[in-house]
Amino acid sequence: MTEQATGAHHPQPRARTAGGPQQPATVEHVTGAQSLIRALEEVGADTVFGIPGGAILPAYDPMMDSSKVRHVLVRHEQGAGHAATGYAQATGKVGVCMATSGPGATNLVTPIADAHMDSVPLVAITGQVASKAIGTDAFQEADICGITMPITKHNFLVTDPAEIPRTIAEAFHIASTGRPGPVLVDIAKDALQAQTVFRWPPHTELPGYRPVTKPHAKQIREAARLIVESKRPVLYVGGGVLKAGATAELKVLAELTGAPVTTTLMALGAFPDSHPQHVGMPGMHGAVTAVTALQKSDLLITLGARFDDRVTGKLDSFAPYAKVVHADIDPAEIGKNRAADVPIVGDAREVIADLIVAVQAEHDAGHKGDYTAWWKDLNRWRDTYPLGYEQPDDGSLSPQQVIERIGQLAPADTIYAAGVGQHQMWAAHFIHYEQPATWLNSGGAGTMGYAVPAAMGAKAGQPDRTVWAIDGDGCFQMTNQELVTCALNNIPIKVAIINNGALGMVRQWQTLFYNQRYSNTVLHSGPDADGKQPSAGTRIPDFVKLSEAMGCVAMRCEDPAELDAVIAKANAINDRPVVVDFIVHEDAQVWPMVAAGTSNDEVMAARGVRPDFGDNEDD
Amino acid sequence: MSKHTLSVLVENTPGILARIAALFSRRGFNIDSLAVGVTEHPDISRITIVVSVESLPLEQVTKQLNKLVNVLKIVELEPGAAIQRELVLVKVRADNETRSQIVEIVQLFRAKTVDVSPEAVTIEATGSSEKLEAMLKMLEPFGIKELVQSGTIAIGRGARSITDRSLRALDRTA
Repeated sequence: MTEQATGAHHPQPRARTAGGPQQPATVEHVTGAQSLIRALEEVGADTVFGIPGGAILPAYDPMMDSSKVRHVLVRHEQGAGHAATGYAQATGKVGVCMATSGPGATNLVTPIADAHMDSVPLVAITGQVASKAIGTDAFQEADICGITMPITKHNFLVTDPAEIPRTIAEAFHIASTGRPGPVLVDIAKDALQAQTVFRWPPHTELPGYRPVTKPHAKQIREAARLIVESKRPVLYVGGGVLKAGATAELKVLAELTGAPVTTTLMALGAFPDSHPQHVGMPGMHGAVTAVTALQKSDLLITLGARFDDRVTGKLDSFAPYAKVVHADIDPAEIGKNRAADVPIVGDAREVIADLIVAVQAEHDAGHKGDYTAWWKDLNRWRDTYPLGYEQPDDGSLSPQQVIERIGQLAPADTIYAAGVGQHQMWAAHFIHYEQPATWLNSGGAGTMGYAVPAAMGAKAGQPDRTVWAIDGDGCFQMTNQELVTCALNNIPIKVAIINNGALGMVRQWQTLFYNQRYSNTVLHSGPDADGKQPSAGTRIPDFVKLSEAMGCVAMRCEDPAELDAVIAKANAINDRPVVVDFIVHEDAQVWPMVAAGTSNDEVMAARGVRPDFGDNEDD
Repeated sequence: MSKHTLSVLVENTPGILARIAALFSRRGFNIDSLAVGVTEHPDISRITIVVSVESLPLEQVTKQLNKLVNVLKIVELEPGAAIQRELVLVKVRADNETRSQIVEIVQLFRAKTVDVSPEAVTIEATGSSEKLEAMLKMLEPFGIKELVQSGTIAIGRGARSITDRSLRALDRTA
């Protein structure tokens, strides 16, 4: 037995070098609340989105005096959470939101779940009832640690004020390293009120948290060998590449290998859309070329992607001929949905940098992949099945055209935040993403209402850049109250409401799979008195009046001839939030499409149009 | 489906058991048995989990467990290379006629009689689940009034210790 068994040796925690070993430690006598704000200042949290309430109230007093932490008072805690994720994705820093106990905390559940699905670094700070009242069903008590356990990377309940600095330091460390994710810190009210000592840097103790970032050299060499031996490789790029800041490395690797690149919904902007090797987005509404490239591929070089069901379609018929190189910082993703021939655990930036060296070494040894025949196929598919849309023949606005023109008329470094539904897919298709951190959306969770608060957070973090929220009329009605926050706090975002008067994506499914029975998807009117048919459109709510009431400049656009002028006018306003209500054709659909539960081989380029992959000549 | 025994070393923090149990349930795994106790290191607890599952999903749940911040280490203990024990306390109906037969069974299984009353005896037994099952089968005809059973605990055979390295890791990062 070891000496531990005798109790003779008990390791004492040592300070990790959070602030450098030479720096003298800060020691201040403060309240728990002051300690919290000081800790937020020290970790560099410059913006906090939140709403005060009873249990968190002590923290809001010292917040008022902080010159380093800006607090943005939102109108709903869900808005605070999505704003923090928007801020995080636009800046690359950790987003912070704050709420009180009970309902304040439970209103954060959706954005926390959203951040968890999309691996966004988020720290949520909630007040909790006083420690003695915990477990008694006290007023505004909710077990938010219990509630958020499955949707956080980690969470903490703090009842000892001395633990506040260490907990905040650990929360930011966990949220931002490894596979990023949300961390919740729940602090009892009495811990915020009590006197304590603020010490910085604190001792941090995370012996069970050791993310692997350095990839295994042997696996890298094996991956490089497969790359040069393959005939039909595809670089299947996911959001991990953006999170790792590996876009420059990705471009080098792509150009070195000459392989086609597909970027998932979470990775738009990781590789320039305009690059000739970019074959589009894969998945349920992916480009025909990207979907087909994966299906016909003999090697998937998977970088920071997770074989989500929206990408793979029916899993057992996904990419049936492909060997798989799967690199991810989260070992649990490797082999979860698709077995990997070459598993690589590591940070995408280090993985890609090492792959570049290894592929170059193969080239130097005279082994170079020949993908000429592959590109012949890819180019044929790309020429035959480009992304496109038809103009409505009744002279109404085409939603795709609205989104496309916004993308063409906005400045090059504009950030776009989308809600969830048809407009999200059109924004993915018809706006060209050339650089990282220009596309924010709710990919994994599919949270309607994400766009407005996320755009607000992005604009707060990047005040000099244009931020367009591309929203649907359904989504907009879920979280538009944050436009008040934008108007009052000088956060001049722009919102395009792609208003088709319906829950468009659901309506599309009803059109295709439910015999055009539009059950509860019409938004601009209710049922008739006899409860059968919805009456004609009512313009309820009037989005222009609503937006004006919230302090925005608001416009309506129904005529394709006015489209460019309206967008130009919106782009020219920078002192207030702008909302444009684009009344678009209600029957426009998102294509291409792979119906849920079917194989990606069944991708339809348009309704009733299955591409001719030239299966006979290829296979 | 096959049974697997996992030894999970965790930081001794509040809520860790809930985190682990919840992870199993939300990923769709049933825990056959669970035992928790502190180790030779007061800051480390050891959770022994027996789960019936195929090896591929087990790998996934092990990886997910490893992601829990308070989990230090997970080792699967193979039945051949580990000692596995459970404890049962069982109250068996007994009268003057049957008591001696019951005591005989108790001796056969190297169990202990820990409480005797005119109508019952209480037996304490440890062993593998197979042994305890066999003993209970023998006792059943007399009438089992009450039965309580611990989760399996297990330790690997030989000189190697699974806690050694975790403690060193704790020293390094602390």
